[in-house]
Amino acid sequence: MTLDLPWGQLLINGLALGSLYALTAFGIVLIFKTTKVITFAQGETAMFSTFVAFTLLTAFQLPFALAFVLTLLFAGVFGALIERVVLRRISATTVLNPVIVTVGLGLILLGAAGWIWGYEIRTFPDPVVGPPFRLGTLVVSQLNALIFAVTPVLMAVLFAFFRFTPTGIAMRAVAENRTAAQLMGISIGRMNALGWGMGTAMGAVTGMLIAPINYLDPSMMGDVALKAFAAAVVGGLTSLPGAVVGGLLLGIIDSVAGFEAAELRNTIAFALIVLVLVVRPSGLLGKHETKKV
Amino acid sequence: MEVRWLRTRGQAVAPYGLALAAVLVIPPLLVIIPGVAPGYVLYLISLALIYAIVAVGLGILVGYTGQISLGHAGFFAIGAYASALLTLRMGLPFVVALLVAGALSAAVGFLLGLPALRLSGPYLAVATLGFGLAIPQLVVWQGSWTGGSSGLHSLPLASLPLGVSTIVLRTDQDFYYLAAAVLIALTIFARNLVARHTGRAFVAIRDSEIAARAMGVDLVRYKTTAFALSALYAGIAGVLYAHLLHGISPEDFTVLLSVDFLTMIVLGGLGSVGGALSGAMLLTFLQNALTRLPIVHDFKNLYIVVLGAILILTIAFLPHGLAGVVRSVRLRSAARVRQGASPVDQIVELGEGSSAR
Repeated sequence: MTLDLPWGQLLINGLALGSLYALTAFGIVLIFKTTKVITFAQGETAMFSTFVAFTLLTAFQLPFALAFVLTLLFAGVFGALIERVVLRRISATTVLNPVIVTVGLGLILLGAAGWIWGYEIRTFPDPVVGPPFRLGTLVVSQLNALIFAVTPVLMAVLFAFFRFTPTGIAMRAVAENRTAAQLMGISIGRMNALGWGMGTAMGAVTGMLIAPINYLDPSMMGDVALKAFAAAVVGGLTSLPGAVVGGLLLGIIDSVAGFEAAELRNTIAFALIVLVLVVRPSGLLGKHETKKV
Repeated sequence: MEVRWLRTRGQAVAPYGLALAAVLVIPPLLVIIPGVAPGYVLYLISLALIYAIVAVGLGILVGYTGQISLGHAGFFAIGAYASALLTLRMGLPFVVALLVAGALSAAVGFLLGLPALRLSGPYLAVATLGFGLAIPQLVVWQGSWTGGSSGLHSLPLASLPLGVSTIVLRTDQDFYYLAAAVLIALTIFARNLVARHTGRAFVAIRDSEIAARAMGVDLVRYKTTAFALSALYAGIAGVLYAHLLHGISPEDFTVLLSVDFLTMIVLGGLGSVGGALSGAMLLTFLQNALTRLPIVHDFKNLYIVVLGAILILTIAFLPHGLAGVVRSVRLRSAARVRQGASPVDQIVELGEGSSAR
């Protein structure tokens, strides 16, 4: 164990990776808050959307910005459809049912992507090209710079949406108290579909920005989804800022761990989940919910 | 009194007798039927029996106690690796390795049950998912004595002590009888357990933790018991798996395997020991049948889609799985027999059936 790690560089890389974990975790928390379902298909919907982006970029030769926006729209509709067609028909009388159904959904998407696009590992076109930025000894690649630009903007837009728009406030009302929200005339079904759509789109952003770093194949989001889960749980499943804090934390830990013990990255994520849950079962920023009989 | 230990809640011994007869008859039958490769079919049946052990154990945890696990491949791996290392590296007899590996897996299950005390459904699912992913990583990390990603191979044959001598299980048939015997013993144990106060405590926790605690159910004790027991089952099954294949590698214990186990009990019916058994058998044979379809080039692909579809469709249309279908058919025919009885009697009958799930 050496202690003269390139801390600054690891921090920058970790924050970039953490921003992506934070986006996916944000999606998971958003879906959980609005629909009370924790989705185990978040990684797979993101992977599927990334493949759609890949097709738009390569087969249709669209510019990246256009493909990005079209993929976000696709992911939004896709998520809403999943809620409408599948989850709305599932009785949520037990906690097990939604977990099992979303696991099943993930498997189907995994198989479908393999069928449509094959299992070979592909390279995803770089959204930005050019020499990396240099800050003294530190290097920030163009892609990381893009991630640092996109993530805060997206977060700001979402926080503004939940703070100022009637729809955003309605979604928060549903998350707070479903019955009361319904009595106030808010359509629970529409909010559920919207939550799923937005959450899935968040995952798609992660997918499109992480694919150029890693690679593109149906299992690309497996590890990312685990880290995002860890981030969501560490931050508290009921807290959107918690997802961001958890994501950034996970990214930094992952970056340092990848330098020191690359083969143990998932194990460290798991250990962190257990540690946080033992100390604070509802996460760092989560609200403790009182259980009723 | 003489067969009391076989009875659960006044149910007849007949189904057990039939099942036992079927178990004993299968190997000779396979030899008689022409065109069947008895070795391979027996291997497949043994594999199904091993998975059934995991499913019965997982059923105690998920079906009866209501605690979800997406990481049971982790316990399966602990059992497999513990016994492989004990027999291969330390030269311990198979039976000793079986018991030690089972105990080790149960101990880890107990430890994982402790944080689970404070966690509810989705949090627990995430934690167990992480556990299942961490175990193969730890195995690869400790490659110097676990064989790393290439795994452990040429495990010694399973053997059983008999007085002063030992019986070595050389053939597929021998191993099949061993797997069947272990499964039968563990199934009877599970059925008796869930029919008694422990099982009722589990169900009370599943239906409402707060109500269970208010009735005096010790949550710490019963939740950790459920975790340790289901880990014990998975660990013992892992031991048998390692010695059936004579070799293991970390790739055998993926998240997909954990999902397989979950699918088995969901398909069979949560909260039913018989359902777990039938789900495990059905899924193992289905998996094998899909590999043999000539039209399918990429088997893994088709299988995971089928697996996902089974999970969703079962929850959507058969919430109590195959066991629920069997139960409703039985109730309907019972109701038909009692046409003459007053409607009140029929309502009572239906009520009893649904509460004893």
